[in-house]
Amino acid sequence: MRFHYDTSYLDQSRLLRYPRDKLLYGALFGVLALIPFLLPRYYVGEITYLFILSIASLGLMVLTGFTGQVSLGHAAFVAIGAYAHTYLLTLGVPFAVSAFGACSLAALIGFCIGLPAIRVSGLYLAMVTLAFSIVVEHVLGRWTSVTGGYSGLTVPSPVIFGVNLGGLVPFYFLCLTFLAVTVLLLHNLLSDRTGRAFIGVRDSEAAASGLGIWTAGYKVLAFVVSAFVMGLAGVLMAHKVQYLTPEGFGLIQSMEFVLMVVIGGLGSLRGAIFGAVLIGLLPTAISKLKPMLPSVVSGQFGLETFLFGLILALFVLFEPGGINARWIKLKALLQTFPLYRKDTYKRGRTYMKSERYR
Amino acid sequence: MTSLTIDNVSLSFGGVRAVQNLSFDVKAGEVFAIIGPNGAGKTSVFNIITRVFAPSSGRILVDGQDITAVSRHRIVGYGIARTFQNIELFEGATVLENLMLGRHRFAHAGFVHELLGSRKTRRFAAEARAKVEDVIELLELAPHRNSPVAGLPYGVRKVVELARALTTEPKLLLLDEPASGLNPEETHDLAFWIDDIRSDLGITVLMVEHDMSLVSEVADRVLCMNQGQQLALGTATHVQSDPAVVAAYLGT
Amino acid sequence: MMDGQIAQILQLALNGAAIGSIYALVALGLVMTYKATEVLNFAHGDLLMASAFIGWGLITFAGMPFWLAVLLTVIIAAIVGYLLDAYVLRIIVGQPQFAGVMLTIALAFMIRGGVSMAFGPTSRTYPTPWDGKTTKIGSVVITDLNLVIVAAALIVTALLFVFLRRTALGTAVQAASQNQLAAYLCGIKVKTLNSLVWAIAGGIAAICGLLLAPIALVDIGLWFVVLKALAALVLGGFGSMPGAIVGGLTIGMIEQFAGVYLPDGFKDVMAYLVLIVVLVIWPRGLMAEAHGRRV
Repeated sequence: MRFHYDTSYLDQSRLLRYPRDKLLYGALFGVLALIPFLLPRYYVGEITYLFILSIASLGLMVLTGFTGQVSLGHAAFVAIGAYAHTYLLTLGVPFAVSAFGACSLAALIGFCIGLPAIRVSGLYLAMVTLAFSIVVEHVLGRWTSVTGGYSGLTVPSPVIFGVNLGGLVPFYFLCLTFLAVTVLLLHNLLSDRTGRAFIGVRDSEAAASGLGIWTAGYKVLAFVVSAFVMGLAGVLMAHKVQYLTPEGFGLIQSMEFVLMVVIGGLGSLRGAIFGAVLIGLLPTAISKLKPMLPSVVSGQFGLETFLFGLILALFVLFEPGGINARWIKLKALLQTFPLYRKDTYKRGRTYMKSERYR
Repeated sequence: MTSLTIDNVSLSFGGVRAVQNLSFDVKAGEVFAIIGPNGAGKTSVFNIITRVFAPSSGRILVDGQDITAVSRHRIVGYGIARTFQNIELFEGATVLENLMLGRHRFAHAGFVHELLGSRKTRRFAAEARAKVEDVIELLELAPHRNSPVAGLPYGVRKVVELARALTTEPKLLLLDEPASGLNPEETHDLAFWIDDIRSDLGITVLMVEHDMSLVSEVADRVLCMNQGQQLALGTATHVQSDPAVVAAYLGT
Repeated sequence: MMDGQIAQILQLALNGAAIGSIYALVALGLVMTYKATEVLNFAHGDLLMASAFIGWGLITFAGMPFWLAVLLTVIIAAIVGYLLDAYVLRIIVGQPQFAGVMLTIALAFMIRGGVSMAFGPTSRTYPTPWDGKTTKIGSVVITDLNLVIVAAALIVTALLFVFLRRTALGTAVQAASQNQLAAYLCGIKVKTLNSLVWAIAGGIAAICGLLLAPIALVDIGLWFVVLKALAALVLGGFGSMPGAIVGGLTIGMIEQFAGVYLPDGFKDVMAYLVLIVVLVIWPRGLMAEAHGRRV
């Protein structure tokens, strides 16, 4: 329901086109910048964690939400980023070089996974990535000389240009900066030719090929970009948790990333952040609510898993577009009130189309 | 204006012979229709031309160039664009985004420029948008410019599919059942558009069609296929009165 | 010594066949639901795990006789399977496959969370009629449990074969899985049949869970076996029921032999390595059906 008042075609690619957007985003950043000075330490740490999860979620969104390649094993790239970065730091490599190296390694492995992804699609790709995640977790556990195996690996503090950014507040701003840069760069990429090509590959490979899009190349590119961003999330995650173990990067974490992008809303960067915030806050919310629940509901771990499943199920069944879709509908409601009609976004019935025999 | 030559092409799927020893020419600037019963191999011919399938034998020549071995995504570089029988639009995008994708093969700023959102990228995007707007104006799609494709009525989706093919600046346009699902008024509009495309834009049109009224109105020559083979080739009236065609397809 | 070598190989093969039979059965349940509703049921492993817990509850808590508990568990799992398809999965009919995958993952999480909340984290076990007993065939020793597993797998497979090939209902199930529209036009109640297939798959999952629990304990981690079954499916060819069985047995044997002949640590990931290698080299699996998209 946005009414465009562009006066030149150059306007279409401007980042913040309207004064209202500039105001709102400015306010958002203002609030985020003030949080470390207003809220207790615990919350600052929590929100830093949310920033890191958001970066990971954005990484997976590029691959699954925009290019339509399902990956159930993306925590492996976070792990690669985290462990490679820590290893390089312990060798004395400066932070920036180490971080870039770790992300590049993740991107390289993403390239290797992307190559078979060209021929393998849909369900099969989901299974290959799932198996890949399990193998990586296993390798991390066994390659004790580099990773410290299941006994864990300590992570040095991040030091950039001699300044130790490991403290609570400096690290908060470090993560916020990385998040902002990631969002900006990805937004540029995805609103332009490459992003459209990704969507083409997702929605109809046949038509995309007919328009000159090299689908194989773009699939691999999506894997590389996605893996790089996940690697970055891994780098920051390493400093956040300060002690790495393989269990933190296993199948369950991969599933949680998928939950984030699906619940958040496939195909939108905003959705990735929504999903990350929801999934990231849920454990905290549950532990706050626990005293109020009957004692029949025993272990916290079970409740968390159950609620993840329930929320995902509800979104898949009743709001496939995720939180982002709700957000868009809410905005439309506010913009066109009181003329908004409930059926504005209603879609017609779909019938079962076999994906085996078309 | 581009000519197309199908030279002794065959295509088999296991035991099923979809196309058998088919040869015909499409002259530059003409509107050529392929008709025939379902399963005659008409869409298979399209799929062979656009390299969705590789023919088991034979060659495809565009302006004399052999394109039989060209990879799928390079076909559009030879000036060939197509629409699909079951609309293959990008359902998750708006009409404008679908059309902008048609400009993919043209000059663009590199990956790094895109990442940084540089002025060069924005200039290229604006140029692409200008070209796309020309097509939107030609096919009267302006009211739907920013609508998500998924919610549009069928007739409009067909036009968007045609528009998207046109944004690639083709010299040879393949239309797969362009009139299917259109009411008589929309079919009539389509006839005018196909004629405009041929005369104003200088595009050779090859179409598969079942609607004989459209074929008679717009096609210069018609090829009738049956079971993968050529049944008759000539002007619309000639083919429509051919007894073999009447027996196999048109009925009395 | 040659005899010792052969004896060891036979022992490994038998153990492999036993564990492989479980993989095969789990894979069989997965294939059935996939062929019927084109949804890969990621919750299959969790149904299996939940059945083991229910069985434990019936045997130890309610003090039921063993075989009665087994029967009741299978029936409960079958009912749950039916209800899942009839009321939950039917809502997303018509949506792309991804929605089905996501929904079954969600159900898997819910079942896992629910079981964890209800039963707590400790691993348990229950007594079976074949505890601790072994049989000696020549120079090879095989536990009675493994014998029961192989026998159960054979019986279930045989029953399924008879049902699908020789009964009218089974033929209808096959028809519905091949072409839904045509089946509807023949008067087949496709939706009911699909739910029936899910019920059968649920029952099979229960049998697998009850068989696996004495080995792997009644524990949340039981659901992991579905991942091995995925490897079995890929190896045997995705849409194929005989393939599921062949794949399962093969994976079981590969694991056993890898445990002895390959360096330490390979045994656990062998199945997944096989999955990756197979899909990279043969993207359609070894015995798969044709897969195409007409444009």
